[in-house]
Amino acid sequence: MVITFSLVPMALLVTFTYLPFLKMIQFSFYKMRYIGPRTFIGLKNYRDVFSRTDTIAALLNSFYYMGAGVIQLSLSLYFATILSFKVRGGNFFKATLFFPYLVCGIAMGFIFRYFYTRGMVLDSVLGLIGFDKASLPFWLRERSINNYSIAATSIWRYMGQSMVLFIGAIQSISPEFYEAAEIDGANRFQQFTHIILPMLKPIITLNVLLMVKGSFSAFEGPYVITNGMNGTATFVVLMHQLAHEAGKVGLASAMAIVLLAIILLGTITQKVIYRLIVGEKREAML
Amino acid sequence: MSVKRLTPLSVLTYISLIIGAFISLLPLVTVLLASFKGVKEFGVSGALDLPNSWLYLDNYITAWTKAKMPLAFYNTAIILLFTLLGSVITGTMVAYVLNRFTFKGRGLIKGAFLLANLIPGVTMQVSTYQIMTSLGLVNSIPGIIILYTGTDIIAIYIFLQFFESIPRSLDEAAFIDGASYFTIFFKVLFPLIKPAIITVLILKGVATYKEYYLANLYLQSKTRYVTISTSLYTFTGEYGNQYNYICAGVMITILPALVAFLFLQRYIYSGIARGAVKE
Repeated sequence: MVITFSLVPMALLVTFTYLPFLKMIQFSFYKMRYIGPRTFIGLKNYRDVFSRTDTIAALLNSFYYMGAGVIQLSLSLYFATILSFKVRGGNFFKATLFFPYLVCGIAMGFIFRYFYTRGMVLDSVLGLIGFDKASLPFWLRERSINNYSIAATSIWRYMGQSMVLFIGAIQSISPEFYEAAEIDGANRFQQFTHIILPMLKPIITLNVLLMVKGSFSAFEGPYVITNGMNGTATFVVLMHQLAHEAGKVGLASAMAIVLLAIILLGTITQKVIYRLIVGEKREAML
Repeated sequence: MSVKRLTPLSVLTYISLIIGAFISLLPLVTVLLASFKGVKEFGVSGALDLPNSWLYLDNYITAWTKAKMPLAFYNTAIILLFTLLGSVITGTMVAYVLNRFTFKGRGLIKGAFLLANLIPGVTMQVSTYQIMTSLGLVNSIPGIIILYTGTDIIAIYIFLQFFESIPRSLDEAAFIDGASYFTIFFKVLFPLIKPAIITVLILKGVATYKEYYLANLYLQSKTRYVTISTSLYTFTGEYGNQYNYICAGVMITILPALVAFLFLQRYIYSGIARGAVKE
């Protein structure tokens, strides 16, 4: 029984997760392509990860996504709180804010290439509210601004998802708390800081930590919008290009291992912080 | 908890909601506008101008044929169907075994599945690519289905959680009545985990529909194995700057998601709320 039921899933898990993982560790010590001869070069790939300018720059780009993540989570918490109470048109707003999450990857790429193109959507809107169109930057080309432009699209795309998540959590708070608070004369803001925020602490903490991990592995936005050009490559975009376009499989594997180490470190930190903030009980399987 | 009158605070609330909705819709609505404009019209009109005619469908017709949309819809439907089927079947089986049986290595297996959840899938493709190639699974619809099913830890996670909440006394009662483990699994437990199955179908369905990277990497023949999410790839080449066609293509890929969303809204929300705790 145990064997019949778990054989196929286990085989899949091993083939597509653990075998690639082991291979990746092996690859990371070689100078190699997918096909052809390999040379063992020890730790050189790892030294390269930490000394090449492109890898360092890509790693630093994560911070744009972390910034966007903070804004995304704050906005989603704000909108979730508003929409958890009775609001006219609440369902419409909820649906509208959430829908971008369902747009598929490459469509999002085209939408924002169009959005940011010189003279198109964003420029027109800014023109309407009084900006001088000629003085506006090339949103995706200029290095001083393009990472902000792309990171902003991740807010557009994921804000609704975390909002729905938070709404679910807020609605699971017993209404008695609010009633009691209202009798005590607490206003909305006080209810937010004294009831909602403390009750949501576990899920907020979890999402902040997931967001930090997600920022290091940010991928789809820069991949579909600029394909990492003009300094917008994130760590994973660069890794993909090195492996599948430049044929530097060894270096890409070393990058992947470094990224996994960062994420693992993040997870351990997460467990520790979680235990401190929430206590052990609710941690269960996280 | 109801808003009875308009206070300055509630006015601010509405203003923020309207701004939020505006920003959400702006990129989509402007794409919709562009999709109804002819080449010339697109060139002279502003991005925020309404199209001359809402019935100008040439862009849609071009996008529909150039991007091989009929094939893309067919392929995506097949991939979705079997990936969802595979995820539910393998997910429930593993979760059942891990939750209801004690055996040597149980902790290890459970740990192996949960640990796998930490690894971002994209990262693994550096070496998975080689495995897929050697298994002959590149450029193959069954190949991508197997990959989608096999890297699906979230389903197992959700089913595991759900089995925890079903009392064991239920299985035991059935067992005493002479039911086999298979009967217990299919007749007793399967109907009970329906909510979890819906959650998995929604989460996995959305993820598979949206997924672009793996589809692009492993379904390289864009003429035969095109999916909805890779269909727009056609426009990166010769049509690279012809936004009127591209926008029509984008609208076509959004439409199924919009229809599904309008019908399944409630399930999608609860699916996200329940499942998205783990990325």
